[in-house]
Amino acid sequence: MPIINIDNIPYEVKEGKNLLEACLSLGLNLPYFCWHPALGSVGACRQCAVKIFKDEQDTRGKLMMACMEPVKDGMRLSVNDSEAVAFRGHVIGWLMTNHPHDCAVCDEGGSCHLQDMTVMTGHAYRDYHFSKRTYRNQNLGPFINHEMNRCIQCYRCVRFYKDFAGGKDLDVFAAHNHVYFGRQQDGTLENEFSGNLVEVCPTGVFTDKTLKQHYTRKWDLTTAPSICQGCGLGCNIIAGERYGSLRQITNRYNGAVNGYFLCDRGRYGYEFVNSKDRIREPLVVHAPDDKANGLPVLQHVRNRMKPGKMIGIGSPRASVESNYVLKELVGEHNFYLGIGEIEHELIRLMLKLLKEGPVRSASLQEAAAADAVVILGEDLTNTAPMMALSVRQAVRRMPVENAISNIHMPAWQDAAVREAVQENKGPLFILNVVETKLDEVATGAYHTAPDNIARIAFAVSHLLDGTLPEVTGMSDEGKQAAATIAAALRGAKRPLVIAGYGGGSEQVIRAAANLAWALKQQGADAMLSFTVPECNSMGLEMLGGLRLESAVDAVLNGSAETVLILENDLYRRLDLHTANQFFGHCKEVIVLDHLHNPTTERANIVLPAGTFAEADGTLVNNEGRAQRFLQVLSPQGSVQESWRWLLQLGDICGHTHLRSLLHYDDLLKAIAAKYPVFAGIDTITPPADFRIAGQKIPREPHRYSGRTAMLANINVSEPKPAEDGDTALSFTMEGYRGEPPSSVIPFFWAPGWNSVQSVNKYQVETGGSLHGGNPGKRLLEPNVNGQTKFYTNIPDPFIPVGGHLLLVPLYHIFGSEELSIHTPGIAQRMPAPYIMLHSEDARRFQVAAGHLLYFMDNGHQYALPVVINDTLQKGAAGIPVGLPHMQVAEAPQLVKI
Amino acid sequence: MERPLTQHIPDNGAALHLREYEAVGGYTALRKALRDMEPAQVSTLIKDANLKGRGGAGFATGVKWSFVPMNVPGPKYLIANADEMEPGTFKDRWLLEGNPHQLLEGMILAAYAIQATDAFVFLRWAYKDAAREMRRAIADAYTAGYLGKNILGSAFSLEMQLHTGVGRYMCGEETALLNSLEGKRATPRAKPPFPQVSGLFGKPTIVNNVETLCWISHIVNNGEAWFKSLSYTADGGTKIYGVSGRVNKPGAWELPMGITMRELLEEHAGGMRNGYRFRGALPGGASTDFLTDAHLDVKMDFAGVAAAGSRLGTGTMVVLDDHTCPVGFVHNLEHFFAQESCGFCTPCREGLPWTEKILWSLENGTGEPADLELLERHTRLLGPGNTFCALAPGAMEPLQSALKYFREDFEQHIKEKKCPYAHHQH
Amino acid sequence: MLSAIEIEKITHELQQVPVKKAACIEALKIVQQERRWISDESVADIAVILEMSTAEVDSVATFYNLIFRQPVGRHVILLCDSISCYVMGYTGLRQRLNEILLIGYGQTTPDERFTLLPNACLGTCDHAPALMIDDDLYRDIQPGDLEQILEKYH
Ligand SMILES: Cc1cc2nc3c(=O)[nH]c(=O)nc-3n(C[C@H](O)[C@H](O)[C@H](O)COP(=O)(O)O)c2cc1C
Ligand code: SF4
Ligand code: FES
Repeated sequence: MPIINIDNIPYEVKEGKNLLEACLSLGLNLPYFCWHPALGSVGACRQCAVKIFKDEQDTRGKLMMACMEPVKDGMRLSVNDSEAVAFRGHVIGWLMTNHPHDCAVCDEGGSCHLQDMTVMTGHAYRDYHFSKRTYRNQNLGPFINHEMNRCIQCYRCVRFYKDFAGGKDLDVFAAHNHVYFGRQQDGTLENEFSGNLVEVCPTGVFTDKTLKQHYTRKWDLTTAPSICQGCGLGCNIIAGERYGSLRQITNRYNGAVNGYFLCDRGRYGYEFVNSKDRIREPLVVHAPDDKANGLPVLQHVRNRMKPGKMIGIGSPRASVESNYVLKELVGEHNFYLGIGEIEHELIRLMLKLLKEGPVRSASLQEAAAADAVVILGEDLTNTAPMMALSVRQAVRRMPVENAISNIHMPAWQDAAVREAVQENKGPLFILNVVETKLDEVATGAYHTAPDNIARIAFAVSHLLDGTLPEVTGMSDEGKQAAATIAAALRGAKRPLVIAGYGGGSEQVIRAAANLAWALKQQGADAMLSFTVPECNSMGLEMLGGLRLESAVDAVLNGSAETVLILENDLYRRLDLHTANQFFGHCKEVIVLDHLHNPTTERANIVLPAGTFAEADGTLVNNEGRAQRFLQVLSPQGSVQESWRWLLQLGDICGHTHLRSLLHYDDLLKAIAAKYPVFAGIDTITPPADFRIAGQKIPREPHRYSGRTAMLANINVSEPKPAEDGDTALSFTMEGYRGEPPSSVIPFFWAPGWNSVQSVNKYQVETGGSLHGGNPGKRLLEPNVNGQTKFYTNIPDPFIPVGGHLLLVPLYHIFGSEELSIHTPGIAQRMPAPYIMLHSEDARRFQVAAGHLLYFMDNGHQYALPVVINDTLQKGAAGIPVGLPHMQVAEAPQLVKI
Repeated sequence: MERPLTQHIPDNGAALHLREYEAVGGYTALRKALRDMEPAQVSTLIKDANLKGRGGAGFATGVKWSFVPMNVPGPKYLIANADEMEPGTFKDRWLLEGNPHQLLEGMILAAYAIQATDAFVFLRWAYKDAAREMRRAIADAYTAGYLGKNILGSAFSLEMQLHTGVGRYMCGEETALLNSLEGKRATPRAKPPFPQVSGLFGKPTIVNNVETLCWISHIVNNGEAWFKSLSYTADGGTKIYGVSGRVNKPGAWELPMGITMRELLEEHAGGMRNGYRFRGALPGGASTDFLTDAHLDVKMDFAGVAAAGSRLGTGTMVVLDDHTCPVGFVHNLEHFFAQESCGFCTPCREGLPWTEKILWSLENGTGEPADLELLERHTRLLGPGNTFCALAPGAMEPLQSALKYFREDFEQHIKEKKCPYAHHQH
Repeated sequence: MLSAIEIEKITHELQQVPVKKAACIEALKIVQQERRWISDESVADIAVILEMSTAEVDSVATFYNLIFRQPVGRHVILLCDSISCYVMGYTGLRQRLNEILLIGYGQTTPDERFTLLPNACLGTCDHAPALMIDDDLYRDIQPGDLEQILEKYH
C-alpha cells in the first residue's frame, strides 16, 4: 500500500483512491462539495484544495484539488498549509456571495453540509457588499421543495439524478453565475429516486416537502435505525420522531445493501404511521350475551378463544418475531402463511433454490457490480426499485472497465470516464410481458408471456451448456434472442440473473435458476437475485407455515372457529368472494394491525399493532439478509408490537414456553434456537444490556432541545422519559456520545459534521463498509458443494386462447404497496385502476382505450377501463396490483372475457 | 520579407479559390506528403521545426501530435479551432476569409500525420464570410479529391465538416470546444485525460489553432530550416500581429516572429492618433498582462513577452491611450469574462462577477480603499490551477498588471469618488 | 410541430454524427433559422427527434448566447461591447440606438422590427466600433451612420 505524507506525517493509504477519499478515510477533515462517494470527482467546486509538493526540496508547492489527484506512493501534501487553508476559506466566501444566509428559516439548517464546511474553513467575515442574484423556485411535486437561491452550484443534483439514476427531467440551465438547477418547467420530479436529492444536495435547495408539513430540526429528532417496509429489498433507513409523530425517513448507509440511496416509496411512504386511520386502542365488538364486558382486553380475547379450534394467519409484512410468537401460540399445525397461493409457491421455490442451489443471491451492492444482467419477467423499477438502480450501475460496468484501461484514468474520475464510455452499455437483457422502464438502458428487451420467457432462458442455458435440454419449437425471434443473450453472457465475469414475484411464474423462476447455475458451471462468478413482494416475505417463508387456502378450508369445514390474523388484510390475498365466505364462517376474528382495512372491519376484536416505527423486529430481505429495525416512536394509546400482544396473550393462556420469554432478547434466542435457519438472528444487534463505557446509545443527539418544555402546555413538570428495556438504545439524549456498533446507529453525526455527509466518519473507507462491518446477517448461503440439479421440464409456448385473456400482474412503485398508499404524496402519484391490452386484443374484444372491459373471475365481475400498450404480449391483459378499490383477481390466470 | 501565410490573399479581402490556390503552389505539400512521407515523418518535421501553437498558449505542435496513440482502431479527430472570440483578436478571420484552402491543406496534412479519420472546422458564428468561403472550399476540395475516400489515390481518407458555433467564448477552450461539438454545454473537461488520448466522443483528438494549421503545408514544402529562418528569434516562422485602439492605422500584418512592440506600433500601426498618448497595451488579446511604454523594445515572441511579464497570446494588441480610463478598460474586460464564464467552477463563476462589480463601483464613485486589496486577492486566488480551466486566470492577467501599472488611477477613483476621465464611456 | 423542412435538415444532420445528441446544437440552429427563436414547444419537438429529454435540450439551448429562448424581432442588432469597441466608443452607438429605437438591451421594438443585444467581440477590432445586423457586419461606425443603416431593414 502506498505511503503518503500529509503535513509531514506518513500514512498508509489504499491504492487507486484520490487524495480527498484518502484524507477522509484517515479521519482528516477536508471540506468538499462536488465530490460524492457514489458519484466520484469532477473538480468543480474547488473546495478540497490542498498543497502538493513535488519532493522534499519543494517548499513552495502548488494548490491542487485533492479529489482530482490520485494517491501516489511517497507523495507529499499539506492540508494545513496556510495558502490552502486561505483558499478554501475564499471558496466559501465566493459561494456566500449569492447564498442567502437564511439558515434560520432553511430546512437544511443544522444538517447542512454547507454550514459544516463553512465552519470548517473558518470563513466568518463577509467581504462582499453587493446585491445577490435571486431565482424563481419551482413546484416540484409532493415530495421535494425547491429553493434555488441557496444553490452553490456543486452539480451534484444533476449528476445524481441524470447520470446515476437515469432521470430525465432535472437539469442545469443557463450559464455563468446564473446557472439554474431544476426542471424545464414546474412539475413533479418523475424519477423514482428523486428523494435522494434532499440528501445529495449539500444545502437547502432540495428539501423534504413531507418533513416540511411537520418540520423538525435534525437535532430535535429522536431517531432510530430502521428497515424500510416498502418492498422486499430491506433498505436501511433512519426514522425520525418528534412529539409522537413520525417526521422523516432518511437513508441509513449500509455498504452491502442500499449504500447511500433510497427510492421514493421508501422515503416518502412513511406517513401511514401518523394516519388518522390508525388503530390506537383495542376494539371489541360485543356479542349480546357477552358477559365479559369491562374485562381487560386480553382476558376478553382469551375468553373468546375456542381451545383446539383456533388458527393463526401470519403476515409477510410482520416481523419474524411476531410471526414466530403467533406460530408458537396457535401451534405449528394451525399456523398459516397469510399469502396467496401463487405467491406462496413462488417464494417457497425461491427459498429452495437459494438454499439448495450453488449460486449466491446478490446483495444490492453486488448487483451493482455485475457486468452482465438478465432480468426475467420483472419490472424492477416497480417491484424492487433499488435493484433497478443497481442494474443502472451494472450496465456501466463493462464499458467503464474498458474505458479505464484505454484512457488510464481511475473510475472516480467521473467526467473523464463518462466521456470515454459515451453511450456504451454492458449487456442487460430484459424479458418481460410488457415494456419496462429499464428497457431504455437494455441491450435487448423482449416482450413476451412468462412461459415464453422461461423458454428463452432455458434455451440460453442450453446454448451455454449443451448437456442441458434443448428447447424445441422455438420461434425464430426466440431463437435469435437466446443466441444474442448467450453470446453476451459468455464474456461476463460477474453475470447476474434476476427474476422474482413480479412475473408470477414458477417456470420463470426455475429457468432463472437454471441459467445462473449454467453460468456458474461455465466458471463465471454468477449471481442470482429474486425479488419478493413484501418486507418480510422471505422471513415468513423461512419460518414456514401452511397455505392460506387450507385456512379457508379449515374455516369452511368447521375445524377452525377462531382466527387470529397478524397484520394482514386478507382482502388483498383472497378474491372478494372467497374472503367474504371465509369471514362469514369464522366464529371469532381477532386481528392485530396498524390501520383499518376490510379485514379489520370483519374482526370481533382488533388489537392495535405497532408499526415499524413503534416496534423492534427483524425482517429477512430477498437476499436472505436478516436485519433489525428498532423502535423510534413511543406508542400512543395501547399500541405495542404484535409480538408483545401475542406474548401477553400466551401468558394469559398459560402457554408455558411463551411465558418464559420475558425479554426481547429471550424471544430472539428462542427463535434462533428453534429454527436453524434463523441461527444468529439474536446477534444482529447487541443485546439490551449492551453498554459502552457503562452507557446506553442515545436516540437523541446531544443538541436535542426543548425537552423540558415539550409538554409544558399539559404539565409543567417534565414527565419521566420512556425507557427501552428491549434494546441497548435509550430514548433520550443521555448516553454514549461516540460511535455505536454499526447495526444500531440511530443517526450519523461527528464533530463538525452535522449533515448526512458525516457518514464518511463511520466508514472503514469512504464508500466502503461501516466500522465493524455492515449490519445484518445473511441467513442463506448457496450450497456450493452440492450437485447442481438442473431443471429439465420446459414449458410449452404460450398460445393465446380464443375468448380468453391471460391476466398478468402489473406493479406500481406508487400504488401497489399496501401501507405507503396511505401517504398523501404517494396517493397523489398512484394510477387509477385499468386493464392493459394489446391493440389487436382490444379490437378482438371490440373495446378501445378508455372503454370498460368486463370479465368474471370466481363469481365476481370486474369492470376496468382499457389502456392500450402494444408492447404487451398478445393474448395477455395486464392488471395493476394492489391499488385501492381494485379487487383481487389472481394473476397470472386465464380468464374468459 | 516573406509572408507565406498571407501573401496570396487579395488586398480586396476576397478569398483565394481552389484554382487560384493551386496556381500558387496549393496542395503540392499534400501531394508530396502522401507520396513521399510516412505520417510519422510529417509529425517529426513539425516537431523539428518547433512550430509553436498560435492559439494563445504556444505549445509545441509536433509534441502535441506525438501524444496521439497511433495503433488504436476506431475514429480519430482533427479540429481546427476557428472560434476566435478573445476580445481584441482578429487574426484568424483574415486567414479564414482570405485563404481557406491553406487551412484545409494544413488540416489534411495534420490529419494524415496523426491518421485522423474526421476533421472539423469549429468556426465562430459571427464569421459569416468565412463560413461561406470555408463551405465552398470544403466542397471544392472534395470535388478535387483532396478530401473523402483515398485522397489523391493514396490509402488515406478523411471526412471534413464545418461547424459554426452559437456564441460562447468558452467554445475556444479546446476541451469545452469538444463538448460543444458533441452537442453539449461548452464546459471544459479536466486534463488529464488530454484530448490527444480521449477527446471528441472519447476518441483521440487534436485541436489546433487556425494560424497554427496554416503553417503545415509551408513547412512540409520548405522544411524546418526555412521556417526557422523566417523569424528574428528562436521561435520560428512569421506571426500575424494586429493592433487595435487609438492608433492611426489599426490592422493586422504578417511579420517575422520577434518584431519589437515599438516597430509594430509605430511602423505598422502608424503610431498613436493625434492628441492621444500611449499608456500601455495588452500584447496578445484580452487575457494577457499589460505592457507599458517601458516595454516598447520587447521582442514580440513567446519568450520575449513572457520575460516582460506578459504573454504573446494571440499576438493581437489592444492599445490603452491616455484618454481612456484604465479602470473602465479593465471593467469592460472583466464584464466580458464574467459573462463568458461557463458556471462550472466556483472561483470563476463567483469571483469574476465580484471583480466586475468592484471595478464598476470604482467607476461610479462608490469604491472603497479595501476594494484594491480585494481585487489583488482575486488576481492571486484565480490564478492558474486554482480554477478549472484557463479562462479565469486569463481574466486576471490584465487586472493584475493594471493594478501594478495604473495604480494611481485606481486610487484616484476612490479618492475623488468618481471616474476622473471626463469622457468616460460605458 | 417542426416543419417538413426543419425535420429534413435535422435528419440530415443526424447522419453526420455518431450519437443523436451530438446534433443538438445543429438542430437548435436549424429551428432558430426558420422561426427566429426557440420556443418551449420547439425545445420539446427537438427533444423528440433527437431522443433527448426536453430538459436536456433546454440545458444546451440556454447555455449559448445566440440561441434565443425568447422571441426576437425580425432583425437582431448585435452591438459589440468588447474592449476595442469600448476604446473606440461603442457607448455612443448604444446611446444613439436607444434614442432611435427607444429600446434597451434585450428589448424588441413594438413593431417587432428590431431586437437589440450586446455581443462579445466580433473579431473586427481594427475596424471598431462594429455591429452586426442579422448576417451583415458594419465596421467603423459612427453614431451618425446608424439611421441610414437601420433603414435597410424592414
Ligand atoms: C477561455 C479560452 C478561450 C480560448 N479561445 C481560443 C480560440 O478562440 N481560438 C484558439 O485557437 N484557441 C483558443 N484557446 C486556446 C485553446 O484552448 C487551445 O490551446 C488552442 O486552440 C490550441 O491550439 P494551438 O496549439 O494551435 O495553439 C482558448 C483557451 C481558453 C482557456
Ligand atoms: S442545487 Fe444543490 S446539488 Fe444542485 S448544484 Fe446547487 S447546491 Fe449543488
Ligand atoms: S470536492 Fe474537489 S473540487 Fe469539489
